[in-house]
Amino acid sequence: MLKQTGVPSTDDLKRVSPSEVRLALGPVAIIECFQKIPCNPCATSCPQGAIKPFVDINDLPDFDPALCNGCAICVANCPGLAIFVVDERYSEDTALIKLPYEFAPLPEVGTMVGVLNRGGQQIGVGKIVRVQNPPRFDRTAVVHVEVPKCLAREVRFLALGANKR
Amino acid sequence: MERFNICIIGGGPAGLRAAIAAGSAGAEVLLIDENDRLGGQLIKQTHMFFGSEKQDAGTRGIDIAQQLVNKVQSMTNVKVYLRCAALGLYDDKVLTVLHEKKYRKIRAEKFIVATGASERMLAFPGNDLPGVYGAGAVQTLMNVYGIVPGQRVLMIGAGNIGLIVSYQLLQAGVEVVAILEGSPHIGGYLVHASKVRRAGVPILTSHTIMQAIGTNAVQAAEICALDSHWARLPGSEKTLEVDTICLAVGLSPLSDLLWQAQCRLTYIAELGGHVAWRDANLCTSEPHIYIAGDVAGVEEASSAMVEGELAGLAAAKSLGLARVDVDTAMSQAREQLIALRAGPVGEKIRTGLALAQMRGDEQHA
Ligand SMILES: Cc1cc2nc3c(=O)[nH]c(=O)nc-3n(C[C@H](O)[C@H](O)[C@H](O)COP(=O)(O)OP(=O)(O)OC[C@H]3O[C@@H](n4cnc5c(N)ncnc54)[C@H](O)[C@@H]3O)c2cc1C
Ligand code: SF4
Ligand code: SF4
Repeated sequence: MLKQTGVPSTDDLKRVSPSEVRLALGPVAIIECFQKIPCNPCATSCPQGAIKPFVDINDLPDFDPALCNGCAICVANCPGLAIFVVDERYSEDTALIKLPYEFAPLPEVGTMVGVLNRGGQQIGVGKIVRVQNPPRFDRTAVVHVEVPKCLAREVRFLALGANKR
Repeated sequence: MERFNICIIGGGPAGLRAAIAAGSAGAEVLLIDENDRLGGQLIKQTHMFFGSEKQDAGTRGIDIAQQLVNKVQSMTNVKVYLRCAALGLYDDKVLTVLHEKKYRKIRAEKFIVATGASERMLAFPGNDLPGVYGAGAVQTLMNVYGIVPGQRVLMIGAGNIGLIVSYQLLQAGVEVVAILEGSPHIGGYLVHASKVRRAGVPILTSHTIMQAIGTNAVQAAEICALDSHWARLPGSEKTLEVDTICLAVGLSPLSDLLWQAQCRLTYIAELGGHVAWRDANLCTSEPHIYIAGDVAGVEEASSAMVEGELAGLAAAKSLGLARVDVDTAMSQAREQLIALRAGPVGEKIRTGLALAQMRGDEQHA
């Protein structure tokens, strides 16, 4: 599935999802990286030590959700743009997704935007809550988008710019 | 005739790191490139690179190039000639070049060929229509000159280059209608595939282009699905309205100079085509010629840089130059290369290099 279409399967996702208990506790990273490639900035960038140092540079990330505070520094540092932070405790009926975003112009805080799933289909609308783009993120902005809670595990991109469908 | 200890041909990541390494070891170095700026492929790479911190992972290719260029320019024993194309390399250790439109000769004791790779073409009716581009050309147009190639693009090839250039097209505001891949699997890194996919670009594996349609320029492309033997599935033909067809179907090592210099070459599919036999220090069958980077096997900038460093150090050492601890630095470079190539995606390269080195050693025996 992933190797044919670029969309990870439910089984793939199950392997990398933090537990229901951890998700209910608030912001946590979800590392959607499934292939051994020579790459490790996620581990070297995490200030909490939640992603263990790689023994072999080709290792898959070894992530301990208990140590993660959802700061999203790894989100901006992953060259694969494969990490998202999900906060399912954001409000009664909404969740917050922090996703990597490298398109110009950056969305404006307060605006409503279409939100896309992993297959690029629009599945709803979300509200831009914050846009982090400090120099140390090196032009990979982290966009915070508030979405209906039921979409928290599906929303991974914004419908902006070219290819908005 | 100008004389140098070491002359490096090609100023991409491999050549730049070779120049820095050879210069640090104490060699008088000349680095030449036919382009009007240094950096090779890196100056077009606006995305963050993989690798580890030692190879600047997480840094954008273009920024890596700038760091290397700054370093080279700070070294007084490294001279750079731009707009300087190597034409011929002879066994009396003379290189002929066309420099600023003048034909000249340069003598050096050792040469490091780091000329990179060239893009492959694909045969299909209409591939000579305006609007059919190589992915490298599209990247150069967009990221070096700020020009978009068209408005609706069909990408052929889902290797890393096809995936990354598709992403960069989206960033430039261009619609990517689909990415076609002949094989049943995406060849590039799956994280790259996922990021173009979630931006709405369909990736069609087991699909290929049949023809480009148009009178004076590309107006559409006819595509079809393939069965497991790469034969067209009847009835699967479809026409996509596009104004640009972008080919990202692989690279071949640019080994012309090595052929002409009579290095032993061999065809190794895993490395992208004809490559020179080399020993563990990247020295070819001609003892005054070393290789590094994509010309030694199409791979990645991370490994090209480490290979450049290894070749630069080895060439300096062979001349008795050792201002730095060359042996330690060389074994560290070899370890980095082994680590980079250790994973499953490095398997093809490992197989190819084993062939390239084994035959190289036999050749010396
Ligand atoms: C779209 C794309 C994305 C990529 N992404 C990544 C990535 O994320 N991570 C990664 O590690 N790698 C990546 N790469 C691969 C990487 O760019 C190459 O592997 C790397 O640039 C090879 O370095 P090199 O120095 O061997 O060759 P090049 O960078 O190709 O440099 C060769 C240089 O030699 C010069 N030259 C050639 N012939 C002559 C001659 N006769 N005389 C004088 N000069 C000559 C050329 O002008 C050029 O400047 C990517 C490549 C592409 C195309
Ligand atoms: S979100 Fe912050 S704490 Fe959690 S893994 Fe990423 S960098 Fe570490
Ligand atoms: S930095 Fe991203 S792509 Fe690289 S290993 Fe970590 S999660 Fe995977």
